Amino acid sequence: MTDITSVKDKFAAEIAGAGDLIALDDIRVAALGKKGEVSMMMRGLGKMSPDEKKVMGPALNGLKNDIAGLVEDRKAVLELDAMNAALASETMDMSLPVRIDMGTLHPVQQVMEEMAVIFSDMGFSVAEGPDIEDDFHNFTALNFPPGHPARDMHDTFFMSAEEGEEAKVLRTHTSPVQIRTMINQEPPIRIIAPGRTYRCDSDQTHTPMFHQVEGLVIEKGIHMGHLKGVLMDFVSAFFETDVDVQFRPHHFPFTEPSAEMDVRYERDGAAIKIGQGEKWMEILGCGMVHPNVLRSCGLDPDEYQGFAFGMGVDRLAMLKYGMPDLRDMFAGDTRWLGHYGFNPLLQASLANGLS
Amino acid sequence: MKFTLSWLKEHLDTDATIDEVVEAMTLAGLEVEEIENPAEKLADFTIAHVTHAEKHPDADKLTVCTVETHEGTKTIVCGAPNARAGIAVAYAGLGTYIPGLDFSLDKKPRKIRGVESFGMMCSTKELEMGEDHDGILELDPADHTIGTPIAEAVGMNDSVIDFEVTPNRPDWLGVNSIARDLAAVGLGTLKTPEIKTIRGEFPCPQNVRIESNEACPAFAARVVRGVKNRPSPKWLQDKLKAIGLRPISALVDITNYVTYDRARPLHFYDRAKVSGDIIVRMGKDEEFPALDKSSYTASEADCAICDESGILGLGGIVGGETTGCGDDTTEIVIEAAYFDPLTIRRTAKRLGVNSDAKYRFERGVDTGSLISGVEQATQLVLDICGGEASDILVAGNIPADPSDIEFDPALNKRLTGMDLPADEMKSILERLGFGVTIGPKTNDTWSVTVPSFRRDCTSGPDLVEEIARIHGFHNLEAISLPPLEGRREPTATLTQNRTRLARRALAQRGLSESITWSFVLQDHAKVFEGGAANMLLDNPISSDLDCMRPSALIHLLLAGQRNADKGYPGAALFELGPVYRGTEPQDQALALAGMRRIETIRDWAGNSAPDAMSAKADAIAALSSMGANIGNLQITKPTGSYWHPGRSGRLQMGPKNILADFGELHPAALKALGIEGRVAAFEVWPENLPTPRKKNASKAKGALTLSDLMPVHKDFAFVVPEDMAAANIIKAAKGADKTLITDVSLFDVYQGKGIEEGHKSLAIDVTLTPKDATLTDKDIEAVMEKIIAGVTKAGGVLRG
Repeated sequence: MTDITSVKDKFAAEIAGAGDLIALDDIRVAALGKKGEVSMMMRGLGKMSPDEKKVMGPALNGLKNDIAGLVEDRKAVLELDAMNAALASETMDMSLPVRIDMGTLHPVQQVMEEMAVIFSDMGFSVAEGPDIEDDFHNFTALNFPPGHPARDMHDTFFMSAEEGEEAKVLRTHTSPVQIRTMINQEPPIRIIAPGRTYRCDSDQTHTPMFHQVEGLVIEKGIHMGHLKGVLMDFVSAFFETDVDVQFRPHHFPFTEPSAEMDVRYERDGAAIKIGQGEKWMEILGCGMVHPNVLRSCGLDPDEYQGFAFGMGVDRLAMLKYGMPDLRDMFAGDTRWLGHYGFNPLLQASLANGLS
Repeated sequence: MKFTLSWLKEHLDTDATIDEVVEAMTLAGLEVEEIENPAEKLADFTIAHVTHAEKHPDADKLTVCTVETHEGTKTIVCGAPNARAGIAVAYAGLGTYIPGLDFSLDKKPRKIRGVESFGMMCSTKELEMGEDHDGILELDPADHTIGTPIAEAVGMNDSVIDFEVTPNRPDWLGVNSIARDLAAVGLGTLKTPEIKTIRGEFPCPQNVRIESNEACPAFAARVVRGVKNRPSPKWLQDKLKAIGLRPISALVDITNYVTYDRARPLHFYDRAKVSGDIIVRMGKDEEFPALDKSSYTASEADCAICDESGILGLGGIVGGETTGCGDDTTEIVIEAAYFDPLTIRRTAKRLGVNSDAKYRFERGVDTGSLISGVEQATQLVLDICGGEASDILVAGNIPADPSDIEFDPALNKRLTGMDLPADEMKSILERLGFGVTIGPKTNDTWSVTVPSFRRDCTSGPDLVEEIARIHGFHNLEAISLPPLEGRREPTATLTQNRTRLARRALAQRGLSESITWSFVLQDHAKVFEGGAANMLLDNPISSDLDCMRPSALIHLLLAGQRNADKGYPGAALFELGPVYRGTEPQDQALALAGMRRIETIRDWAGNSAPDAMSAKADAIAALSSMGANIGNLQITKPTGSYWHPGRSGRLQMGPKNILADFGELHPAALKALGIEGRVAAFEVWPENLPTPRKKNASKAKGALTLSDLMPVHKDFAFVVPEDMAAANIIKAAKGADKTLITDVSLFDVYQGKGIEEGHKSLAIDVTLTPKDATLTDKDIEAVMEKIIAGVTKAGGVLRG
């Protein structure tokens, strides 16, 4: 039995002293290998008497397991040491810059998406129409009689035309989409039509191309109170605050009665704050669709009625997001796009917020 | 349209302040653009008396004045020749802002040639009250006490209101109609002075013949003889000056006054200069010198006023110089006519003339004002210039009054939701000049007569607008839109949804979204296969934006260059927007175009630069985000000549459906646009993506079988001619066994040692996915043989 204890002590000391995995394995072989000391001792069991065997069998098995256990433990330590030693050389400068190339989305597109979300909740679909329009859709069907001074209020771009041919125009408003929708679709109609519009005008507050969004509702029993309600609901949702509005009479050839809507605002340095202050800013025109417009589209004004509205998208974008100059909107300056643009992962929604 | 508060109060009995007037106008639909009170601008200027004046000791042209002001006695050095003792002047103390000079006086006295001066005495030009700069404003000290505000002293303490006259309301071009609307909203009582009928002393000696009844249906005329033209009285001059008109002489000023007071344009002829009858006819290409110092030629489309000698002027637009009234005029013909608005408009537009008369006639002048206009003018002429008036002669026929409207009062509630009592609706209409006859029962339709100055009202909704407007839109109850019946469908279209995703995919790849002009320079359009004559604008905003764009790339490229020029290279931009291939609606296409400037990005991990493949990846990312089946696309060559001939491609489905072009742009195209360096770009056509077939099918996806069998990978290398498309080899390998082969990926392209000149080696990794049982060596060998055979057929040689 002393043998067993001394053998165990000897190997325990050797294992503890093993400096690497190879030395440890050599010790394991020397102890537990086929010709190892413990294996040789176990071979001696065959020659022993049953009584001796009864004592030495378990003792030698215990010795074998003890040494194997010590080897495993030491192996784990040595492996950890080896990994730590390797890791010590695996360093990187974590301050090195990485490139994340992320672009931005244009604020006008963002605002048009916000509008689509708000109006979609009220049942409006998004309709579209061409930029190059004919006189009928842009003017005549909208109750601008040929030669009427109201046409002068739109600084119209004309396409060149052959002699005797009627010149096409660049649509001066998104209202022609109303006409196209009413001609092609049975009421009830609820649409908004965002898009590019054009007027021959350029200064700090006018660009020759700009964006409008048109709204149209044609249903039985829809009156001007609904128009006011829709627009008030819209501006408060859009500006994400309670907005005080002023609804006042105006004139448009294609609506009757016609109105303009102002929102309360104040200037705070260069910033404009919507919803507070003493001043009014006009943001849109609207009214009940004129009977002549309904008739132009084949609808009976005694049966159907409804309202339309139109507003400048770029201006609303400026008011909400603080761009000072309209002309920068279409210049493609990367600094401007980076500053005023929107994160592409953002998706306007009523559940998560508009921006 | 400009008018003054005091002018309004001649028509409206009211104590309203200027703010109350503006508020009432706004709520009645008269949109105020500007309010100006000269008194505010001149608040710092007061009357002072010059008590003593002597020549400056060191300057011949300067006078040293002792001036009594409301701030005490001051010494002021003045350079004006009329600075002298005994006059009242406009005094500006130290620190005062002088509007006409746009600067402020020093706050401390200034030495002028050694004499300290304590303020300034101003000319009318310095006060922006007139043009006189020859001397200072001088007034009689007896009439003006020291310290009186200068605006009060000169009668300029009157607010001027400028507002937008919408085209439906030509009557608002007269102060009387503004007053009528404001009375209707309850701001005061209408008190427009009645126009008196003046009995003619003799038959009208001037004959008028109308030969163009359509252009000029009626012409009322009266002769006043024995008149003496002279400067207008002060009240008339002040009125005109306040609204920005220059007083000329009484006979001219009277016509301007009536034009603004009642929206009734008039014309006065010097009868001594008229030969024979006045004839109203269409022009015969005759030229005449006009009162505005220009000369115009009247064509047969223009309504000319002529006499026996020929053309005198253009009716309703501009009078002729030859018969204009001057100092020596003693006998006048007063004209109050009605001209056809369309004729006036066409002529004025063609000739580029604007006048107060034209502005009114083209919108429609009150047909009820011909006689009253003559009478009002006559009274003023007799009062100011004396003389005696003839009978009134009316040539032609004054157009009939507008038709009555059969009005269903229930329409008001139907259109506005406002339930107003019949009495109130009736009262509003009557206050506006309409006549209302209610049938025996309240529910009957009403018969409403329309005043001659309100031809904009022709049907029920017009009257609803009047009722609602005067009752006030602020009284409209706002009601949220009731929800539509039935299930909510998504409201965006397929293309709207697709492009929303594609824009996000591109922005996430580092491109920034821009919006650029729809018009470009025609020469640039030509480079991008557009620029046809029919795509030109007739009236472009500027010569470099004269043509509808054939490609959204043009402005993106120009913007990229502008960014580089400012020191910000490497622009990567995209735009979702229209392009135009013709002028019909179907010629407009939606493009998703983008570009990356090929400029080296320096980086510690290795420099890089975008290239044609970056553009391909952009295009594929966009298409993929929109749901295109990327695996099925064919690669061909773009047809546009603006693409690099060797480094560009086209992605299409089938032989005709083009989804995208991409690659490097042709250096010649870039040069034509003034772009330096190279650019990779793409044009994706979202509308060309096929619509998913089963629109209403269930959204549930097909069953997925997850096999436990291991896929097997086999590598091959094939040598092919270097101009062969790798896609051909991949396609051939894929096609070798459509059930077993689930993927073929290209992992190496090699040229150089070991490969014959003009050839390249393509190494592919083929994935075999067993379906039912583990693949045996025999199975695998059989597929490999098929792959080699297929690729060999396609032109590849297995690399040994």
